[in-house]
Amino acid sequence: MSDQHNDNPTPPPDAIITAQGLTKRYGNANAVDAISFAIRKGEVFGLLGPNGAGKTTTILMMLGLTEISSGQVSVLGFNPARAPLQVKRHVGYLPDSVGFYDNLSAVENLAYTAKLMGLSLKERTERIADALTRVRLADVAHKRVATFSRGMRQRLGLAEIIVKRAEIAILDEPTSGLDPQATIEFLELIAELKRGGTTVLLSSHLLDQVQRICDRVALFKSGRIEMMGSVAELAVQVLGAGFVVEVEAEGAGIARKLSTIPGVTKVETLSADRYRMTAERDVRPDAANAVVSVNGSLKRLSVDEPSLEAIYARTFQVKKEGGVRHAA
Amino acid sequence: MQREGSAFQGLGTVFVKELSDNISSVRMLVLELLVVLTALAALYGAIDSLRQNTAEDPFLLLRLFTLSRDPLPSFVAMLGFLVPLMAIGLGFDAVNSEHNGRTLSRILAQPIYRDALLMGKFLAGLATLGVSLTALWLMVIGLGLIFLGVPPGGEEIARSLVFLVVAIFYAGVWLSLAMLLSIVFRSPATAALVALGIWLFLTVLWPMLAPAIAQVIAPPDPRYAALGLQTPDTGLWAQFLLRISPNDLFAEAMQAILSPQTRTLGAVFIEQLRGAIMGAPLPFGESVMIAWPQMVSLIAGTIVLFVGGYVIFQRQEVRA
Repeated sequence: MSDQHNDNPTPPPDAIITAQGLTKRYGNANAVDAISFAIRKGEVFGLLGPNGAGKTTTILMMLGLTEISSGQVSVLGFNPARAPLQVKRHVGYLPDSVGFYDNLSAVENLAYTAKLMGLSLKERTERIADALTRVRLADVAHKRVATFSRGMRQRLGLAEIIVKRAEIAILDEPTSGLDPQATIEFLELIAELKRGGTTVLLSSHLLDQVQRICDRVALFKSGRIEMMGSVAELAVQVLGAGFVVEVEAEGAGIARKLSTIPGVTKVETLSADRYRMTAERDVRPDAANAVVSVNGSLKRLSVDEPSLEAIYARTFQVKKEGGVRHAA
Repeated sequence: MQREGSAFQGLGTVFVKELSDNISSVRMLVLELLVVLTALAALYGAIDSLRQNTAEDPFLLLRLFTLSRDPLPSFVAMLGFLVPLMAIGLGFDAVNSEHNGRTLSRILAQPIYRDALLMGKFLAGLATLGVSLTALWLMVIGLGLIFLGVPPGGEEIARSLVFLVVAIFYAGVWLSLAMLLSIVFRSPATAALVALGIWLFLTVLWPMLAPAIAQVIAPPDPRYAALGLQTPDTGLWAQFLLRISPNDLFAEAMQAILSPQTRTLGAVFIEQLRGAIMGAPLPFGESVMIAWPQMVSLIAGTIVLFVGGYVIFQRQEVRA
């Protein structure tokens, strides 16, 4: 189970961002409805959910770019509503489909924001050159941004966060609209940020990517955090089990034997020699033993890791049955 | 709630960036060419007619600003018409282009307040207009020296400097209006069209509409009409309504400043004529006093429109 649940808002000691009862109202509608979470230093945290679920609004409230209707959020110990400059000095933000001044070059664009950060000329030049090398844009540093592809713009946006030496990087839909190659490169850059000690908060609806890089995720649904935790934890919570193991073996009494393995919650017989087990852990060794112990012949053994896709689909499917969900 | 830090942090950076954008933009180049060429044409007409009647006019330099020769209007009238166009050209996409280019949230995620962004943009626009108008002003003085060969006196320089300041604030009114529209309308084309619509309405249609509306409010008295005179009430209303337009305020202020013999901008009262020598120039201070309400109105208009835009911008959502 998740240790940071909605109803249990005591932040861990290494929390770098904490929110309690954070709410944003537009008229009578709650875009973000009393959410609470805590993000630990150095982790990659994913905000998941359909468009309009309140992810971007939550991010903007953390940056002090939109007013908080009620509740509290603290970023690095600062209140973004009262001390937005302090927060923005230490937090880098890559907005959803980021824009740059097309008539300026990559370096000029970064120089402008670096000046706004208050960096001196010498620091600016060094940091910008370094950041552009890290995101592999050094060879187009003096080209106008108008000629850049979407992937290059996203990387330039990341370079801005690197220039800032941000302690927290907030990335809003960073890989949407990128081609697969650009996506892989971008995810690698995010992993590099994490290795450098930066806490990364990223929102997305591209599930397999989130699963690949996030330590923990929060599932947003119409302004609320439906559940929160690592993918494996969520799998247990939503699917009842994390792992699906398929066994192909010939022999008598295999199904019965398999169901006695500790941790297995269900065994389905798919055909005469195929069985599907759902389990809380990877039970392949036990399954192999079980087959051997009844003198069966094992032909194939495979495991499906818990997929965020399945968790996501299940979560939003349940809701549809429960009631009418208003399109946001 | 008290915010931490200065609202003006980053103002200088925004100002420098916007100023360099303004000055290097093709749009500004075209607008400046337009203004300089038309101004040259107007000046040429003025110089030509001044040279033909070598006058003993003590305010020869000021005549350059105000003299018109058909079919060209005077330099001041030309500016009154074209300065709004320049200001609108600078301001109509100030904020909405940041929205549409999706740069706004990225810039505002830097440690600055929105105040700095808006103020920096406004001041950069005003500085651009100031530089252009100062260049024009120098051009007039230079051409006057070359073609008329009379060095300008101190008072003439003082009066023409007041002209420069008033012209900058006149441009400021239109710049604030254009920026306000750029905040209200997400589409730059809509903002530009609305701004140009207001400009055409106030410069072309309003001077025709105002007297008509005045006649409705205060119907002309047939006794005055029989004498071929304008009814005083109707005239006062017409003038009052006309003054809603910044163009009219600018024209009136310029008349008082650049034509020193101007004694009043409204109806003439008998007391004002007592002891007056018709056609004699007023001292500099008196002329400024006559134009004072108009000048203050222009400055106030600039500020009010800017504040309007500022309030809306502060409340606006950042997300695109």
